[in-house]
Amino acid sequence: MGKLFDELAKDIHLQDGLNACINCGTCTAICPAADFYNYDPRQIVDIVQNKDDNQIEELLKSDTIWYCGECMSCRTRCPRNNAPGLIIIALRNLSQEKGYFIESEKGRQQLYIKRTIGQNILNTGYCLFMEGVGTDEHPEQGPIWDWRQQNWADVMERLGANYQKEGSGAMRKIPHEALKELNEIFKVTGGHERFERIEYYSAKKAKEMGFNPDKENNNDYVRYVNTTIEKDHHSRTHSFTK
Amino acid sequence: MNIDSKRHIWKNYQKEIADDHYFYLRSCVRQNFNPGAETTFLRIMKDVLKKDIYDDPAHTTCTGIGYHTDVVPFETIMTVVARQLALMTEKGYKNIAVSCVTSFGIYSEIFETWEHHPEMLEKARKYLKQATGREFELPDNMAHGSDVIYKFRKEIAAKAKYKLINKNTGRPLKVVEHIGCHYSKMFPHKGVGGAEYPYVLVGMIEEWGGEIIDYPERRHCCGFGFRQYIVKANRGYTIANSKKKFDSMQPYKPDMIIVNCPGCHVFLDKSQYAISELDGITYGENNLGIPVFTYEEVAGLILGFDPWDIGLQVHQVSVEPLLDKIGIPYDKNKKYLSKDGRFLGYPKKPEVLKVIL
Repeated sequence: MGKLFDELAKDIHLQDGLNACINCGTCTAICPAADFYNYDPRQIVDIVQNKDDNQIEELLKSDTIWYCGECMSCRTRCPRNNAPGLIIIALRNLSQEKGYFIESEKGRQQLYIKRTIGQNILNTGYCLFMEGVGTDEHPEQGPIWDWRQQNWADVMERLGANYQKEGSGAMRKIPHEALKELNEIFKVTGGHERFERIEYYSAKKAKEMGFNPDKENNNDYVRYVNTTIEKDHHSRTHSFTK
Repeated sequence: MNIDSKRHIWKNYQKEIADDHYFYLRSCVRQNFNPGAETTFLRIMKDVLKKDIYDDPAHTTCTGIGYHTDVVPFETIMTVVARQLALMTEKGYKNIAVSCVTSFGIYSEIFETWEHHPEMLEKARKYLKQATGREFELPDNMAHGSDVIYKFRKEIAAKAKYKLINKNTGRPLKVVEHIGCHYSKMFPHKGVGGAEYPYVLVGMIEEWGGEIIDYPERRHCCGFGFRQYIVKANRGYTIANSKKKFDSMQPYKPDMIIVNCPGCHVFLDKSQYAISELDGITYGENNLGIPVFTYEEVAGLILGFDPWDIGLQVHQVSVEPLLDKIGIPYDKNKKYLSKDGRFLGYPKKPEVLKVIL
């Protein structure tokens, strides 16, 4: 048994996600990521089940583990009750723990996610806080989203929200005491530690790639990882990628 | 497989749904993108069904999107969930009603984990006490918002002003139902009807007069994929997977799509615009797209709520053709008004997708 596999095996997602895989490929057949990316969950489960540390290390440093959308469709259909999606969570956890995520284009995107979703959680009490996040960032949201952004507070009020006010209701201002508790939970349970780890390794990589991580809170690099596709990641088999 | 066999299958996945006194847990996606759906849900619960449902100002995100983008560890999210349960316990409630399908999946996963790994439940208790001084009880019952509306679908039908029937032809409307992946794909027994033949939306549609369409990609994901949508460079994943569903349902000529997941609503609505701009393709009739609704919105409509009180003006795909088919009245001059009656201006028209302003 390899050392990296030993570490993976401590993760509850691996314990719950990996039984004996029979390599039938059902997971790959129904996987939305396998339809879009050059991605094969069957192969990932096989590598992990074989406990080959060299191959596992390669996976942890690859784009491959970041292609999954965690929809968990694989869990429903596996005839042996495996969950490749849970195995992916364990691999991503270890990749971030070891700092291997910065070695792949898709892995490096973790900094953008930490800076948006992660900071939203701690600063506002919501995963998403969309006021001001317009169609420059989300062109697919269409002209109705421009209208929403131009009339944000008015539309919120019209639809019964309690936008950033005290009391209950949609998009209420989460009380200071609640945010303090949320931060304390992150401190006690390793949430802050993961955020710091993502920042630490990303700053290292930014420097290596020629960015200046000390400038503007490393925002040039954050923009780069959010928007840049460095190579072709797509499946050649499906009609919508032709 | 014939329809009777399917009905037999879903009967194996019946679940208990509390009939009153709910502690409500809101959705981050819904509150930002579609707050009128939650407003409508609470209005139906309180004003129509006369149920007790508590909306606690101190509850927060469950951090589910952070967990499924892998920036939030399991120990953290389970302790945030424990805090929500502590609030429920302190307020004297025993049933949770969850607005979001991602959250519903999170609660399902955490309760399963605590059941099969009791040491993790102990850890959650210890972490929560250490971080906040709070303690919690496990709920007696967990239901998704769609479970609750499903439970009361007959009561809603009895009070309804409209049916899901085309008033011109007298035929039932053809409805695509889309279930959010995290409703029951991981834990089929947590959802009404399981994962392959979920009955939660089918039951509502059949009760309210519509006809369900079965199509090949019925169980395919909407394409959210968490990091695949959030990161700009990955977003083609979302649009391509939505397109796979639209291409599959289009030959069946659906009148409408109904969803139980806040995210699925956003992506199935907005992707129709994105696909029209990218590829020049539109779905539905007359380049107008296929209107997409949440289950609360549909319940509100048949109960006779004003469409603009429900929040249908924030959809990208226009809802008016569907309202016309059913015969639901609306005032087009009130569509873009503020609460105090000010005109907020018109949204711009897309280049390809036709919209009704």
